[in-house]
Amino acid sequence: MSGAGVTIVEALASLLIVIGAVFGLVGSYGLVKLPDLVMRLHAPTKATTLGVGGVLLGAMVHAWGVEGRSSWHELLIALFLFVTAPISANLIAKAWLHREGADRPLPPTGRECGWANDDPPPDASESGRGDPPR
Amino acid sequence: MTDRLFPHPRLSVTLMLVWMMLVNEVSLGALVLGAALGVVVPLLTAPYWPGRPRLTRGWGLAGFVALVLRDVVAANIAVARLIIFHTNASLRPAFFAVPLELRQPEAITLLAGAITMTPGTVSCDLSADGRSLLVHVLDAPDPDAVRDEIKLRYEKRLMEIFP
Repeated sequence: MSGAGVTIVEALASLLIVIGAVFGLVGSYGLVKLPDLVMRLHAPTKATTLGVGGVLLGAMVHAWGVEGRSSWHELLIALFLFVTAPISANLIAKAWLHREGADRPLPPTGRECGWANDDPPPDASESGRGDPPR
Repeated sequence: MTDRLFPHPRLSVTLMLVWMMLVNEVSLGALVLGAALGVVVPLLTAPYWPGRPRLTRGWGLAGFVALVLRDVVAANIAVARLIIFHTNASLRPAFFAVPLELRQPEAITLLAGAITMTPGTVSCDLSADGRSLLVHVLDAPDPDAVRDEIKLRYEKRLMEIFP
């Protein structure tokens, strides 16, 4: 690629990395600033996905445009992050509900049973394909 | 017979593609090893994942993923603004329940994941019978409106894919 092209690609990659870094910083700041655990949970689950996403996009653009090779690892990192982030957030929220949920009134489920954290699953026969969601 | 050998054919294909991307090259060796993983891993994990999800419009999933990706960007900007420009006292956090029409566990997992990744909401728990989702929202003057948007924007689309 010509010199000017490489410069443009490098500028684009740098921009993406800076955007990613800014969101990572904001996410970390939110983690410190917000008052309690469930609210803090919002900062790393979201702000950080775009933070990491921006850095990964920058790395892909750099690999393709400057080094002239294709790179798929970044897509996989993003994929694994998207699969794991909601699950760890869910686990942390459930642990928090166990420890401190009793002090906070939760909204009613609108069902005959309570939330899964407090109540055992009812007879599983009528849900979905027979295997109840856990 | 093929059902027993490939309990989750889509998982097999996905694993093979993920392996090829991990190796970062398209070669016969990577393809063979990826295919072997695509056969062995679903067989070993089949006891933990009985039953296949019923998909009607599999390609609809691509549209759903695109929608969620777009909302992830919007969510990041929205949450970043809340963190930087709002004092803690002005935030109105709330828990609310989303009644679920989705019945397939895979679909509910996808919905819960999408809720966590998008604007100001984190899914926290399911009701014991799996028909209601507990969601926490960071700043919502009107939690009912957020609930309706979740149902309209995500659940309705997932219902068309996982009937």
